[in-house]
Amino acid sequence: MWEYTDKVRDHFFNPRNVGEVEDPDGVGEVGSLACGDALKLTFKLGKDGRIADAKFKTFGCASAIASSSVLTELIRGKTLDEAMNVTNKDIADYLGGLPEQKMHCSVMGREALEAAIANYRGGDTAKRELEGHVVCTCFGVTDVEIERVIRENDLTTVEQVTNYCKAGGGCGGCHGEIEKIIERIQGEKAKAHVPLVPRKGKKLTNIQKMQLIQQTINEQIRPALRAHGGNIELIDIEGDKVTVAFRGMCAQCHLAEFTMKDVVENKLREFVSDDIFVEEDKESVEEGHVHKG
Amino acid sequence: MNVIYFDNNATTRVADEVFEAMRPYFCELYGNPSSMHTFGGQVGVRIREAREHVAALLGCHPSEVIFTSCGTESDSTAILGTLAAVPHRRKVITTRVEHPAVLTVCRDLENRGYQVIELGVDKQGRLDLGELESHLDDDTAIVTIMSANNETGTVFPIEKIARMVTDRGITFHTDAVQVVGKIPLNLADSCVNLLSLSGHKLHGPKGVGVLYVRKGTRIAPLLLGGHQEGGRRAGTENVPGIIGLGKACELASRYMEDENTRVRTLRDRLESAILASCPDSRINGDPENRLPNTTNISFEYIEGEAILLMLDRFGICASSGSACTSGSLEPSHVLRAMGVPFTAAHGSIRYSLSRYNTEEEVDFTIDKMPQIIERLRELSPFVGQVTA
Ligand code: FES
Repeated sequence: MWEYTDKVRDHFFNPRNVGEVEDPDGVGEVGSLACGDALKLTFKLGKDGRIADAKFKTFGCASAIASSSVLTELIRGKTLDEAMNVTNKDIADYLGGLPEQKMHCSVMGREALEAAIANYRGGDTAKRELEGHVVCTCFGVTDVEIERVIRENDLTTVEQVTNYCKAGGGCGGCHGEIEKIIERIQGEKAKAHVPLVPRKGKKLTNIQKMQLIQQTINEQIRPALRAHGGNIELIDIEGDKVTVAFRGMCAQCHLAEFTMKDVVENKLREFVSDDIFVEEDKESVEEGHVHKG
Repeated sequence: MNVIYFDNNATTRVADEVFEAMRPYFCELYGNPSSMHTFGGQVGVRIREAREHVAALLGCHPSEVIFTSCGTESDSTAILGTLAAVPHRRKVITTRVEHPAVLTVCRDLENRGYQVIELGVDKQGRLDLGELESHLDDDTAIVTIMSANNETGTVFPIEKIARMVTDRGITFHTDAVQVVGKIPLNLADSCVNLLSLSGHKLHGPKGVGVLYVRKGTRIAPLLLGGHQEGGRRAGTENVPGIIGLGKACELASRYMEDENTRVRTLRDRLESAILASCPDSRINGDPENRLPNTTNISFEYIEGEAILLMLDRFGICASSGSACTSGSLEPSHVLRAMGVPFTAAHGSIRYSLSRYNTEEEVDFTIDKMPQIIERLRELSPFVGQVTA
């Protein structure tokens, strides 16, 4: 069971400002049913340019609902510029803290607020435009968002990033990339925390290389395939030639050769050696696999 | 506030009789059954009796019962012990809906070079036995498939599967922690080689489990360093736990009938009333082949943890397959394997009953559910869109 503060419980059991403002000036929608939480924020400005009314509707757990409720309380009476300065930390602090794994709930609040203000200023879409490129495909999180939570909350590990914005919480396939972003932003500070991940660079013995290939497949590639109902098997390593077989969903689709092989090759080049090339073992697939639609 | 406990697939209350049976083995009869004195030796006699009670419930010979520390240890021993005994075979077959005690072990084996097949399930959580058959070959070391699913209660046709697998000389293991005490077993007439059970799922204590090993099954021990359990599981016996489990099994035989009549009726009553009073709700699992005590219901457009907290305020304990409750970010792997849409998976609630539940508790819950669901739907941004 999560340890929620009394404030969180209060705002969950008695949420403030539930609903939708009539004829709103700004609407912000973030999250989705698939992600497990979603928030729709609406606000109306008063004659003085301050937020006169703000309401929310939230699908999510207790901390998501409490964060949304607090968000509306925090921004009422503020000018838009003042509201823009509300951070996820402000929301969490107001609640007397959130469990680490629930920090993404407070981030969702801040994101909805930005979306609503952008909607008012830009006028067009209430949905948030994706900025940057998607790093975590499982949760659709971009590098820009990841960088932002790292900066604002001084994060140094992948686990923390997952707690704050969900990136990395699914198949794990994006962990390598998240680590790189952390390292880029935090520099030396992050190094101390970075767990042992495959690192290429120095000259490898054959055994080391084989281990590194196996490790890269286990940690960097298989989880991503598995998330999509597939799997990979390492058949053979001969010098720089790595033979693999794909199973499950990805094994027999036509694109297999162009996509999966390339993805694996890129990962292995990135983590093991630039000379690696990958071949697909078709035979073992045909005998060992039953295709189910 | 009274606690209404509908989370018996997670753990159960220890029966009073079980607790009383265990009590003397802490401060009075604390001897080590291996010792060469009467004081310790008398404990050995009691362990033998406990073993007989377990065997009676399983319908097997007492020598086929190995006491372990938990269901998880039994699962690990079954899988790893079998692989060690047939080192030339490199393939393991399991399902995508297993408990992590099995699934995580299999995925770890995959990382160590074994070929692992995870069988999928259909929308109701059922297996395709034809698919299983097509994977069986001379390289297969073990097939491990649960007897019933802990989240949905779906019961697999274990006897049929066991026959299919063992006919080919392959070892078959089943994680039966959810089934023992709820569905009668007769392992003497069965083809199952290995079966895991856990004490605390049938009103016994935590920290004790059993691995049933059919006579003649090849398996290597996991723990070494002692002659206990016939050399098949080293380590000083958890005497109070074993005595308690023996008692729990004795009681389970006695109450089996109750589980399948009174408890089933309570479950059905709870389920049909909730489905009738809460719109956009549905059952997850196979209503035909299901544990008598379990129902798993999805409520669309709302999130499971929020429902649990609302229930908690009324003292009602249940569980959810939602992402937020697990501490991970994705909803239950079981519901996802069944293809339950995300919208429903996040809002799934499991009620698992026991013989200690009463009609009043069920009616109280039936009374509270609609208002909880309605309240959370008022907050949900998706509801207006759907009904408008
Ligand atoms: S891509 Fe990030 S967790 Fe799957």
